[in-house]
Amino acid sequence: MSIDMTEDSNVPYAIRTYPPEKLKDALRKMYLIRKFEEGAEDSYTRGLIHGTMHLCIGQEASSVGTCLSLTDSDKITSTHRGHGHCIAKGADVAKMFAEFFGKETGYCRGRGGSMHIADPSKGNLGANGIVGGGLPIAVGAALSAKRLGRDDVTICFFGDGANNEGAFHESVNMAAVWKLPVVFVCENNKYGMSTSIDRSTSVKSIADRAKGYDIPGVSVDGNDISAVAEAIETAVARARAGEGPSLVENVTYRWRGHSKSDRNRYRTKEEISDWMERDPIPRFAADLVSHGILSDAEVAELDADTDREIAEAIDFARSGPDPDISALTRDVYTETAA
Amino acid sequence: MREITLSQAVNEAIAEEMRRDPTVFLLGEDVAEAGTPFKVLSGLVEEFGTERIIDTPISEPGFVGLAVGAAMTGARPIVDLMFGDFLYLVMDQLCNQAAKQHYMSGGKLSVPMVLRTNLGATRRSAAQHSQSLQALVAHIPGLKVALPSSAYEAKGLMKTAIRDNNPVVIFEDKLMYQDKAPVPEEEYLIPFGEANIKREGTDITLIATSSMVQVAEKAAETLAAEGISAEVIDPRTIVPLDEATLIESVKKTSRAIVIDEGHQSYGVTSEIASRLNEKAFYHLDAPVLRMGAMDVPVPFSPALEDLTVPTPEGVAAAARKLCSGELIHAA
Ligand SMILES: Cc1ncc(C[n+]2csc(CCOP(=O)(O)OP(=O)(O)O)c2C)c(N)n1
Ligand SMILES: [Mg+2]
Repeated sequence: MSIDMTEDSNVPYAIRTYPPEKLKDALRKMYLIRKFEEGAEDSYTRGLIHGTMHLCIGQEASSVGTCLSLTDSDKITSTHRGHGHCIAKGADVAKMFAEFFGKETGYCRGRGGSMHIADPSKGNLGANGIVGGGLPIAVGAALSAKRLGRDDVTICFFGDGANNEGAFHESVNMAAVWKLPVVFVCENNKYGMSTSIDRSTSVKSIADRAKGYDIPGVSVDGNDISAVAEAIETAVARARAGEGPSLVENVTYRWRGHSKSDRNRYRTKEEISDWMERDPIPRFAADLVSHGILSDAEVAELDADTDREIAEAIDFARSGPDPDISALTRDVYTETAA
Repeated sequence: MREITLSQAVNEAIAEEMRRDPTVFLLGEDVAEAGTPFKVLSGLVEEFGTERIIDTPISEPGFVGLAVGAAMTGARPIVDLMFGDFLYLVMDQLCNQAAKQHYMSGGKLSVPMVLRTNLGATRRSAAQHSQSLQALVAHIPGLKVALPSSAYEAKGLMKTAIRDNNPVVIFEDKLMYQDKAPVPEEEYLIPFGEANIKREGTDITLIATSSMVQVAEKAAETLAAEGISAEVIDPRTIVPLDEATLIESVKKTSRAIVIDEGHQSYGVTSEIASRLNEKAFYHLDAPVLRMGAMDVPVPFSPALEDLTVPTPEGVAAAARKLCSGELIHAA
């Protein structure tokens, strides 16, 4: 196996930058996210889980590419469409499913559900039910890193829809003024619920918002994990060096409806199938094979392994205990003090 | 009489008022083609067009403020706030701006706007999509607050709200959108500040709002079978509050439980209970009880969530204790 490592070769950035094990793990995580979402959808359809959920099928490269080179002490803030972020940041899918099933064995002991998974041990400060809710929190985490002398960086995931919340603008401005170590990652899937960005947003590209705050803004193909990883590496390096925030726009697409109540009237079947052809997973798998990182058989094995992992995770979730009702009011307040 | 769903009732009320008054328009997220996630507004954009049924960007403080400004200058906006939980985002425009313009300007400005939103847990929507925040806005002088308990109330109160020259916040129960009730074909309005006696009784008064009216009625049914006669009253609006009807009832029954789906502490139940204590104290045979949602963020797990809101069984049990003279200590 010989890879041309020079920058100007047409070897994708990720492949010339990361060791094979890391690349293999990235593909594994993309499969895991896809299958997690399918498993969640299936469990919902079968009446095993309740409420609603926001699936990120089609957006796997954005989650995985963004988190690829982060450490466990780097933080993320996530969104209502957060399962992919969670898995990309290293979450255990069994505990995630247990949370969806409302079980004591879930990440949040069944208190949070699909929209509120947090996993601080991996730097995941939590998904959010409030659009834009995570933006100032991310800036706060970056402020704490700076104040307390830590070198971690915070990645702030948000959607195209969230860019119109005042919280977005206030957050980016403060981060820019104080040169905080945060990277704003917009997952632009073109719609906030049924509303397309053309109808809601005054700029064509969300990356252009960066100009208003005098920070770098770049827009990348969010279905190309390598392009995402490269843009994020640059932004993270800048943040870690104390030079301040950047805005990275991952242009992508959600295959499913916004949530379970979506009638999908605002977009055409053609648009959806067009994007489904740009599936980020086989694209990355093919790259790994063509550059000799994995064989076809190894890809097939990852595929099968992740199927098994998801099936086992669902079994774990289903067989777990319900939360103890006598502990219903535990954790409204913490009992600890400084 | 024909029966329609609460969702259809709201839709009809808005459509009728929009036909009647060209200054009425509606704005919010996903309201036009999508007709809201609950499909309450389906069909309105087809009739009134995107100039009057306006999809906004996801900018709640902004578009609520826009409604305030439009209302101050001749329009009569209806703002759709997708979930009651998002009230926290818009509190400045609602409570500092809309609520106070009329008073601060010495009566010169007014804000004839309606903010329609929702309340209610047990949809497995977790802590940020399940709250019942009526107490929060009822606390602020200048805002009126309506809590429809069926399709009939939803229509009549919405029409009154749209014609009111004050800012009105109207909360619909998310779980009731598909519930049907008799609604007349002919036009009617339900005046604010007029409670509705849903069921007459002599032993105890159950004062219940919105989602809790059904709970109280079921409890009353159970109690009736045991020989306890419960009166059920729905205030329909908590600002203004029809104190007279509530006090009248309690004078007759000497006992009362107040039930509302907001958190119990510092809530709607507390306010109504203390008014009864102040104004009907010498007629009471037992302390007025409050039953609200537990003071806990709404948990996701169904095993926990269902325990956080008042149930017919819980209300009946409390009523039994009050009526048997068992001393009740606040739990
Ligand atoms: C403050 C707030 N407003 C509205 C909503 C309802 N809502 C949930 S997701 C969503 C769309 C968000 O769009 P975007 O940011 O593009 O994320 P996407 O769903 O496309 O991933 C809306 C309007 C909410 N949860 N919070
Ligand atoms: Mg979007």
